[in-house]
Amino acid sequence: MSYPIRRVGESLITLFLVSVVVFAGVRALPGDTATALAGEEPTPEAIAQIRASYGLDDNIVVQYVRYVRHAATGDLGVSSRTGLPVLDSVMEALPVTLELSALALLLAVVVGVGAGVVAAVRRGRPEEWLVNAVALLGLSVPAFWLGIVLVLAFAIAVPVFAASGFVPFGVDPMENLRHMVLPVIVLGSGLAAVVMRQTRAAMLGSLSADYVRTARAKGLSRRQVIVGHALRNSLVTVVTVLGLQLGHLISGAVVTEQIFVLPGFGKLTIDAVFSRDYAMVQGVVLFTSTAYILVNLLVDLAYSVIDPRIRLGGAQ
Amino acid sequence: MTTSTAPPALSVRDLSVVFRTPTRVVHAVDGLSYDIAAGEVLAVVGESGCGKSVTSTAVMGLLPPTASVGGSIRLGGRELVGADERELRDVRGREIAMIFQEPMTSLNPVLTIGRQVGEVLRRHQGIGRREARERAVDLLDLVGIPAPAQRARDYPHQLSGGMRQRVMIAIAIACDPAVLIADEPTTALDVTVQAGILEVLQSLRERLGTAIVLITHDLGVVADIADRVLVMYAGRGVEQAPVGELFDAPRHPYTRGLLGAVPVPGRRRAEDGRGRLQEIPGLVPSLTEQPDRCTFQPRCSYADARCGERRPALRALRERDERNEGYEEGERSGTERHEAACWHPVPVRPVLSEHPEGAERSDDAECSGTERSEGAECSEGAECSAECSGAEPSESAEHPEHPERPGQEAAS
Repeated sequence: MSYPIRRVGESLITLFLVSVVVFAGVRALPGDTATALAGEEPTPEAIAQIRASYGLDDNIVVQYVRYVRHAATGDLGVSSRTGLPVLDSVMEALPVTLELSALALLLAVVVGVGAGVVAAVRRGRPEEWLVNAVALLGLSVPAFWLGIVLVLAFAIAVPVFAASGFVPFGVDPMENLRHMVLPVIVLGSGLAAVVMRQTRAAMLGSLSADYVRTARAKGLSRRQVIVGHALRNSLVTVVTVLGLQLGHLISGAVVTEQIFVLPGFGKLTIDAVFSRDYAMVQGVVLFTSTAYILVNLLVDLAYSVIDPRIRLGGAQ
Repeated sequence: MTTSTAPPALSVRDLSVVFRTPTRVVHAVDGLSYDIAAGEVLAVVGESGCGKSVTSTAVMGLLPPTASVGGSIRLGGRELVGADERELRDVRGREIAMIFQEPMTSLNPVLTIGRQVGEVLRRHQGIGRREARERAVDLLDLVGIPAPAQRARDYPHQLSGGMRQRVMIAIAIACDPAVLIADEPTTALDVTVQAGILEVLQSLRERLGTAIVLITHDLGVVADIADRVLVMYAGRGVEQAPVGELFDAPRHPYTRGLLGAVPVPGRRRAEDGRGRLQEIPGLVPSLTEQPDRCTFQPRCSYADARCGERRPALRALRERDERNEGYEEGERSGTERHEAACWHPVPVRPVLSEHPEGAERSDDAECSGTERSEGAECSEGAECSAECSGAEPSESAEHPEHPERPGQEAAS
C-alpha cells in the first residue's frame, strides 16, 4: 500500500477514536443535560419528556450511532445557549480562526526559516547574535503581554492597526488585514522563534554535510548551495516542528482571540464551556480535533514530498 | 607520461595550509610541491592525517575559513591561491573536479541522481534542464551504470555504494576537467567494486587525457594505476618517484617503512618465523609546530645529528646513486625524477630483499658527519660540503653507504 493511502487510513481511525472520546467525555461530565435543559425548578415529568425527545434513555451505543449519523450529515445538534444549530455557529467562527492561524503560520515560516538560515550561514557573526536575541525574546514574552504592548503602541499611541474586532475579508480586505496584523504577530511570534531555532540547528547540520561539499565542488553559487542543497534537506526538520507546534497554534488562537475580541473558534469554545452548552462543546472539540488530524496528515504527506526516502520506503 | 617541456596541468609549489583556532595552530601542509601532467596519474600516499586530503581540498579551494593557504597552486597557468571565490566557482567542476571518499553521504539524499549530475552541466555549460538531463543519462552510462535512464530518476538511497561512487565520478567528469582529484575513491567500497571504479578512472585518463591525482593509502591501488607516487609524511612531501622505482627502490626511510607495513601474501619474516608485519615505531608528530628538522627523525633508525638540526628539502637524487648506471644529473625530466627529502637516503635495494648487502659497513659511519648526504643532488655544493665537514663526497664507493640494520630488513 502506498504511503499516502496508508496515512489517510490511519487518520480515519484516529478520527473515529476522537469521536468516541468526545461523545463519552461530554456524557461523563458532571450534571445532567436534561436537567440543565429543563430550566429552573424542573418537574420530573418535564425532565422525562426531554430525555425521551432527545433519546437520552436509549442505549449509549445507540446514542453514539445516532450522533455519528447526524454528524456525518452536518447535524451537530442545537446550541442550548443560542438555540441556533451548532454547525452554523461553527461555520461562522471558522473563517476567523482559519485566517488567523494561516497568517500566523505564514509569518512563522517566512520569518522563522529566513532568520534560521541567516543565523546558520552567518554563524559567529553579529547577524547570528541579533537573530538569536530576537528569537529568545519571541520565546520568552507571553502572548497576552505582547498583545497588550502591541495594542498600546500600534493601535492607541500610533493608531495604524485596529485593537479589536473583525471585518470579513470579503467585506473589506484592507480593513480585514488592519484588524489581523496585531493578532497574527502575537500568535505567530512564538512559533517563528521555535521555527527559527530548529531551522538554524538543521541548517548547521546540513551545511557541514558531505553533499554540501559536493555541491560546492561543482562550482555552484552560494545561493544554490544554501537553498538548493542545505535548506532542502533541513525542511524535514522544519515541517516536523510545525506539526508539533500545531497544538500550540490552536490553544494560542484561543488566547489571542480573547485579547483582540475576534469572533473565532477560541471565543466560541470558551463561551460554550462557560455556559455548559454541551452540544456546542461537542461540536467545537470535534472540529478542532479533525483540524488537528488533518494538519498532521498534511505534515506527514509533506515529508514524503520533501524526502524521497519516506515516500519510497527505502532504508538509508 | 609527458615530456618536460609541456606545462603541467596542475602545479603545486611550496603549498602550506595552516589551521588557526583560538586554542591552537596546526600546520597541516608544510611546503608541499608537485606537478602533474595531462594524462598522468599521480598517487599521493601517506598515513591518515599526513595532509593528503587537506592538500586536495586546498587545491579545490574548499577549505573552511579557519584555514590559511600559502604558496602557489597553478591550474593550467591560472593561479588559484588568493583567487576570489567567484573565479574559483567557475573553475570548480569545470577545470578541476574532485571525487570524495564517502560515496554514501556525498550525494544529496533529497535530489534525484539525474538532477545532481545535470546540475554541474547546467552550471558550467549553460544548457537547459532537458538537455542536462539527457547528458546526465549519457554520463551515467559512461561510468558503467546499468539502465542509466531509470537510475537518473532514482534517489541516492536506492543505489549501492559502488553505484553512488560511479555517480560521483559522473559528476566529476561531466565537464571534462583537466584535473581530477580522487580522494580515496575506493576506500569505502568492497574490493570487488574497487576494480570497477579504478577501471573507470583509467579509461578516463586514456580517452580524455585527464590528469588524475589519486589520494589513497592502498598501495595495491597505487601499483595498479599510478604513474608516479608522492609520499607525504606529517604535512610534507618526503619522496617522489615513478611508481616502479618507488616500489623497487624506496629511498626515504619512511617510504621503506610504509612499504614494509604492507602484507604480502606468502611472505614471512625469516628471523623469527612469525608472520608479523613491520611497523614504523613511534607516532606521527603533532603538527602544532613547524620544526626546522626532519619530521621523521624521531622515528627514523637512520637519523643522525643533522636530521635533528636542519630540514631536508625534497630534491632529485643523482642517477648514479639510484641505479649506478652513470646518468648525468638533469637527464631525466621533472616527472620522471626520483626525489627524496632525506639527509641520507636509503641505498637502492628492494624493501623485501635478500640479506642487506651494506650491513657490514654500518654503524659508526652513520653519525660521523664525513659522509655526505648520499644521493642528494646537492647542486648547491658549497652548502653541502660545509655541512659535511669539508670531506670529499664519497662517491667512489660502489654504493653510497649507509648504516643498515639487518633486523629491519624483511627477508623472504
